[in-house]
Amino acid sequence: MAHIDLPDLPGIRGLMAFSPETAGPLNELAEILLRDNANSLTRGERELIATYVSALNDCFFCSNVHGAMAGHYLQCDMEGIDRIKGDFASADIPAKLKSLLRIAGSVQKGGKYVTISQITDARTLGATDREIHDTVLIAAAFCMFNRYVDGLGTQAPPDRQYYINRASQRAAEGYLDFELYKYK
Amino acid sequence: MPYIDIQNDLPGIRGLMAFSPHTAEPMGLLANALLHHSDGLLAAERELIAAHVSYLNDCFYCQHSHAEIACYYLDGDRQLVDQVRTGDDQAAISPKLKALLRVAAKVQQGGKAVQPADIELSRKEGATDKEIHDTVLIAAAFCMFNRYVDGLGATTPADLGSYPPRAKQVAENGYGPHIFSTSQPAGPSVKPL
Repeated sequence: MAHIDLPDLPGIRGLMAFSPETAGPLNELAEILLRDNANSLTRGERELIATYVSALNDCFFCSNVHGAMAGHYLQCDMEGIDRIKGDFASADIPAKLKSLLRIAGSVQKGGKYVTISQITDARTLGATDREIHDTVLIAAAFCMFNRYVDGLGTQAPPDRQYYINRASQRAAEGYLDFELYKYK
Repeated sequence: MPYIDIQNDLPGIRGLMAFSPHTAEPMGLLANALLHHSDGLLAAERELIAAHVSYLNDCFYCQHSHAEIACYYLDGDRQLVDQVRTGDDQAAISPKLKALLRVAAKVQQGGKAVQPADIELSRKEGATDKEIHDTVLIAAAFCMFNRYVDGLGATTPADLGSYPPRAKQVAENGYGPHIFSTSQPAGPSVKPL
């Protein structure tokens, strides 16, 4: 049971219904960071960063929502996403993305864990300042979203298929203009 | 110096926001919705929670920025603000705010660190569901803001006297793009702590 009296919706959606005045900017931030097409990181790469950080924060709801989104964009099943987030260093993904995931992993521990050599590595592998910026902010934002979801004890559907079933719809609708109560 | 070329020399999160105004916009709206009003929790209480979480995250820029804003609201009671910022149990604040600061400190460790007993204590001291919600989201949001600032190595003014003028600007005008798009406030330096 959630720590406060929330509408009967899973994960962050109950919180968004409870507090629409904060839900607006939170959704807008998610939309810009993860879905905006004016970005040289693909949606799949950005969702993967969100998934990895959510897994490090042990947030079941967020790691499955965004894992399913990453799988949708990268045409990879949940087992494949699990393998990447469990050991991205040996996964079949671009070296630049690995260097960005390394930065994201440091951000998850705390801002000061990011090292100059991690930044230099990412830049050497072709990451732009904008991509490094967005990686840090996505990782930081999920340190917020994950704490929001688990800090208020929200409920997450335990069946992972639930998240897979909703990914294509969410990819089409985005994080901004969706009907909060439509897909219970 | 920041890890990336932000093409400006503004301090802290202001410089990052000027580099990335499209993400700055929702972050400013979020900060306003969480901090810049006294609906339920007082604006001063909200800023104190932000300052304490930023202290726990060891983010110099954010802890002093938000401590100074709290100080502005509390008529310059820097001693009290510093006690709360650093988690001194003897601070003369309400039992409700103490209980909520405990919840915020748990959120800083991780969402799952918050225990039903922490919530029950807050409720027993008079906190509403909305106040508990806002406390958790303020604490969570500062786990983002702090990481954004330090994760990109944002410029951190060491001179504590430079913080009050910026604090006054935010307290009087709220959060939003004006903090990086208008000229930076300057004011009389106060004696460093």
